[in-house]
Amino acid sequence: MKKNFEFIAALAFLGVVGIAAIAGLPGNILNLLIFMMIIALTAQGWNVLGGYGGLSSFGHAAFFGTGAYTTTILQTSFGINAWVGLVCGVILGAAVGAMIGFLSFRAGLKGSYFALITLAFAEVLRILANSWDFTGGAAGMMVSINNGFAYLQFSDRRWFLLILIGFVAGGLLLTRWLERSAFGAYLIALRENDQAAQALGVDIFKIKMQAITLSAAITALAGCLYVQNFLFIDANVAYGSWISIEALFAAIVGGAGTMLGPLIGSVLLLGLGEITKSFSGGIAGVDLVVFGIILILCVAFAPNGIRGFVADLWYRRKSRGKAM
Amino acid sequence: MLKAHNLTKRFSGLLAVDDATIDVAEGSITGLIGPNGAGKTTLFAMIAGFLSPNAGTVTFQNEDITGEKPHLRARRGLARTFQIVQPFAGLDVRDNIAVGAFLHTKDPAEARRLATLTAEKVGLGHELDKLASGLTIAGRKRLELARALATKPKLLLLDEVLAGLNPSEIRDVLPIIRQIREEGVTILMIEHIMQAVMNLCDTVYVLSQGKMIASGEPRLVCTDTAVIEAYLGHGAAARIKAEGAAHA
Repeated sequence: MKKNFEFIAALAFLGVVGIAAIAGLPGNILNLLIFMMIIALTAQGWNVLGGYGGLSSFGHAAFFGTGAYTTTILQTSFGINAWVGLVCGVILGAAVGAMIGFLSFRAGLKGSYFALITLAFAEVLRILANSWDFTGGAAGMMVSINNGFAYLQFSDRRWFLLILIGFVAGGLLLTRWLERSAFGAYLIALRENDQAAQALGVDIFKIKMQAITLSAAITALAGCLYVQNFLFIDANVAYGSWISIEALFAAIVGGAGTMLGPLIGSVLLLGLGEITKSFSGGIAGVDLVVFGIILILCVAFAPNGIRGFVADLWYRRKSRGKAM
Repeated sequence: MLKAHNLTKRFSGLLAVDDATIDVAEGSITGLIGPNGAGKTTLFAMIAGFLSPNAGTVTFQNEDITGEKPHLRARRGLARTFQIVQPFAGLDVRDNIAVGAFLHTKDPAEARRLATLTAEKVGLGHELDKLASGLTIAGRKRLELARALATKPKLLLLDEVLAGLNPSEIRDVLPIIRQIREEGVTILMIEHIMQAVMNLCDTVYVLSQGKMIASGEPRLVCTDTAVIEAYLGHGAAARIKAEGAAHA
C-alpha cells in the first residue's frame, strides 16, 4: 500500500513539474529542472546496481560517457538520426556495462574492490576519449543545432523537459517492477547475503550481469539526453568522475535501494546547490560545500537516505498515534 | 538418494574431512553428529557445493554433481540451511521466503502466496510482515527452514537448526521436521541435541577429526566404544562400562 502511495506521489510530483513547465517557468528554472531530471535518470541507473544489488560503482561515467559519445559520433560523423543514435548509445552503454561486469564478477569482486575497478575503467575511457581523433580529442565534439522532434532538440526547452519527465517516470515504473519481480528479489537477496542466495538456487553471476547491463543502459540513456540538451561533449564531461559521483550521491542521499531515492536526491541536491549559489554572491564552489555538509548529515542521521529518514519519522508518528 | 563417497577436504595443512563416506536413503532422516571441530559443516558445504572436495564424489539421484555450483544443486532439489543463520536482513519474512519460492515460479503473486503457506507451516505465519532483522533467534532458525522449504527440495540439509533454541522451542520444532519428512522430503541433519537425534533419525553417522568413525541406528551408535571415546576421551568407554558393572 505504502509503495503504491509513494509511486503515485512521485508521478504526481512529475506531473506538477510538467504542468508548471507548460504553464510557463523562467528559463533558469527550466534549465535547472532539465538538469535535475538528467541526474535523476543517471542515479536511477546507478540505483539498480548500487542500491538494489549492493554493488556500489564509482564509475558510472563509463556508461554515461559511452551513451553520450555514441549518439554524438553517430549524428555528427555519420549523419544518423538522433533517436537511432540514442538507441545505439543505450545499447553500447549496456554492452560496456556487460563487459565490465563480466570481468569483475567473474573474478568475484565486490565492495570497495568493485568500486575501484569501475573507477579505473571510467578513467581509462576518459583518457582514451581525450586522445582519440574520432572522439574529437581534447577539443570535444559538438552536435550541430537542428531543432525539431526528429533531431531530439527543441527551440522551446519545455518539450525537452517533458520528454525527460517521461523517461524518469519510466525509470520509476521500472524500479517498481523491480521491487516486485523475481529478478529484484534475487538482486536484493544477493546484496544481503550471496551465500544464502546461492543456496536458494540464485545464479548470482547471471543476476549481477543482468543488473549491471540494465543499470548501464539507463545511465547511458541519461548520457545521450545530456548531449541532446547541451550539444557539446568532451572527455572530462562524458567520462569525468563528476557524473559518477552525482549518480551515487543523488541515489545515496535520496535513499539507495528505494524507488524514490534517486529522484529525491537529485531534486534536493541540485535544488539546494542552486539556492546556495544564488545567495552566496558568486563564491565559487560554495554549492560543493553544501553538498559536503548534506553528505555528512546523511551519514550521521539518515544512513538510509532521505527516503528512509522520512519513512522512519512517518512510522514513528503513526505508532505513537496508535499508542495514544 | 545422496551418496557422498570418500570426501576429503584439506585447508592447507589442516585435514578437515578425511575420506568420509555418507549415504542417505530416500525418505529417511539421517543424522550427522560429532564433537565440535569434527568437520561436519565442511562435509555439508561439500555436499551443497559451497566447497569443492580435494578428493571423492557426490552423487545425487544417481548423477555425479561433485563439481556443480550450489545454485544448480538447489535446482535439482538439494536445499540447505546455515548453522549461522543468514537472513536477508533488509527484506521482510514473506519476501525472504519468496526468494526460495521464485525457484519454481516467476509470478510474484504466486511466489508470495507460496511463501505465506510455507511460513505458516513452520509457525511464522504471524510474522510475515516483520523485517528478518527483527526476528528472535528461534524465529530466524524457522526462517532458514522456511526459505529452504520454499525451494521444494527433495533433500534438505539442516545444519544445527535446533542449536540456540530453548527446550520448549525445540519441542515445537521437532514435529515440524517430522512433518516435512512425512511430506516426502529426505533429511540430512547435523545436530548436537541428542534428544532430537534419538527422536528423529533413522540412521546416524558420527564424524570425529574428519573421519567417519561409526554409523547405524542411533541407539547402537550411542553405545559404540569409538563414539564414546571421541566425545569423552580415551578410556572413557571402559570406565563407563566398569561403572555400569559396579552398579549392577
